[in-house]
Amino acid sequence: MYVAVKGGERAIANAHSWLAEERRGDTAIAELSVAQIREQQSLAVNRVMAEGSLYDPDLAALAIKQARGDLIEAIFLIRAYRTTLPRFGVSQPVDTGAMACDRRISATFKDLPGGQVLGPTFDYTHRLLDFKLAAEGDAPEAPERTATPEAVPHVTAFLNREGLIEEAVPDDTSPPDLTREPLEMPADRALRLQALTRADEGFILGLAYSTQRGYARNHAFVGELRIGAVAVEMDIPELGFAIEIGEITLTECETVNQFTGSKTEPPQFTRGYGLVFGQTERKAISMALVDRALRWQELGEDDVGAPAQDAEFVLYHADNIQATGFLEHIKLPHYVDFQSELELVRKLRREAGA
Amino acid sequence: MTEYNFAYLDEQTKRMIRRAILKGLAIPGYQVPFASREMPMPYGWGTGGVQVSAAVLTPEDRFKVIDQGADDTTNAVSIRGFFERTAGVATTTHTEEATVIQTRHRIPEVPLREGQILVYQVPIPEPLRFLEPRESETRKMHSLEEYGLMHVKLYEDISRHGHIATSYAYPVRVEARYVMDPSPIPKFDNPKLGDCAAIQLFGAGREQRIYALPPYTQVVSLDFEDHPFDPSKADHPCGLCGATNSYLDEVIVDDAGGRMFVCSDTDYCEARQAQGHRGKDAA
Repeated sequence: MYVAVKGGERAIANAHSWLAEERRGDTAIAELSVAQIREQQSLAVNRVMAEGSLYDPDLAALAIKQARGDLIEAIFLIRAYRTTLPRFGVSQPVDTGAMACDRRISATFKDLPGGQVLGPTFDYTHRLLDFKLAAEGDAPEAPERTATPEAVPHVTAFLNREGLIEEAVPDDTSPPDLTREPLEMPADRALRLQALTRADEGFILGLAYSTQRGYARNHAFVGELRIGAVAVEMDIPELGFAIEIGEITLTECETVNQFTGSKTEPPQFTRGYGLVFGQTERKAISMALVDRALRWQELGEDDVGAPAQDAEFVLYHADNIQATGFLEHIKLPHYVDFQSELELVRKLRREAGA
Repeated sequence: MTEYNFAYLDEQTKRMIRRAILKGLAIPGYQVPFASREMPMPYGWGTGGVQVSAAVLTPEDRFKVIDQGADDTTNAVSIRGFFERTAGVATTTHTEEATVIQTRHRIPEVPLREGQILVYQVPIPEPLRFLEPRESETRKMHSLEEYGLMHVKLYEDISRHGHIATSYAYPVRVEARYVMDPSPIPKFDNPKLGDCAAIQLFGAGREQRIYALPPYTQVVSLDFEDHPFDPSKADHPCGLCGATNSYLDEVIVDDAGGRMFVCSDTDYCEARQAQGHRGKDAA
């Protein structure tokens, strides 16, 4: 005899208790602190801040702890939190030209004003497991030198001086806000960039890679990649001028891409742009490649039908919180729909004499 | 939960959603874009319905949540708990008592009355989506009333299978204007959409759309003269309450092919049993 399933409430509560216990793991092992995650899992923290669209390393670290290290779940926690925050205003555009760079490299020039600064990078490390880390390690120290207050101008500005790269025309119109307005097509570049910077790193990486392999190839050089802190300034109406309200770390990537020119324009390089919270260079480079691919129309290129050229495809599928929610919802009960399909298939089979 | 506003969302956001709802009510069946917020439950789990409910709930309301017709399914429990915590509203499982009912995949069996609001959770609001994946195209098709593609699809079903092979989320035409997705309710429920005394609101969070049916709206399920719409259901009475006019779930009871059919609307079934109705499988 079938008894209607009761007690969903208790089942949920018990499942959550079990989850909490599993999150903590073996209690004989010391518990991770939020500060430990913030300091020692900082690239995970950066990804959660970038895709969560909230610059707060402590909250991101807390979210990672709560999510048992599932970064998409952590991003979700941050997104759900950020929607409840009041909006005080809008900052001035940050000046990445004035960035205090920890890392600054150019793949297009051997040397340049401001120099090549490798910074704390995995590049050129040999990916050999370091078993010393498995033991109690002591704190490694890197050699230091006094910072020189040398200006670090943007590489693309050099090319621009010669007219070799397309002019980036300043635009003072307020960009649309993806988090306050529904995403509608066609999306202008400001809106696309906004969607890309919070998009899933893996999805954007895959799309960017596809352009490199020939699906809307736009041959990108990393004109410049820079990582460092910039000041955030905000106009305070009562004061009548802007004051610095804090500092954030950003990764900026400017790509220099080929362009064959047209009847009206001589050959000129074109640009792709990536800007992401934190030290997140894989994402920033990927973003620049996808940005460039999405600009095909504006640059008079052909639509070759590549996924990375299709703004609707890219923007509607790049958000991992939307994607994972909808994907995972198929775990929810669907027996009403399934029942109606059962009836239909039975009827069709009956009529087919099966 | 004192740190959150009544029904979780801040007043500005609720106002934005109410505007979208009013626009939807003014243009029945039209999908109104709205700036859907991230909610503390995943997209695809009813965030559209939750935002609509949050925007229409008042402290005096009595709230009911069903999923697959049942008040007790896990996600219905979770959403009901969310509003108990964030809005402190009274809740109920009785359809007649509720002033706001949030639903996923069903319309209650008991006819709704004036003053009630039925809020649907909608996964894909665009009825043309699986015929044309591009939003820019489908919006154009709606504005031009270009619904030929949909009729061709239904016709192709008939030529291939002898029937229209859509059994849920069966498309409807609203007031002879917009073709609308009624959310994945079984087509058995489609006749309840039209001429309904209650307000019907549809929320799609991930897709950022709200649409609505004001009371007593004309809603017609798409069909052909020689293939009229057929709101079918399992041809059995309910095993518990004996109802012959309710939508049924099929439940597998053993591993020898045994099965029974029971009302998917648990409140309806329980009310009938309380009145003394018994089905053949009732204890």
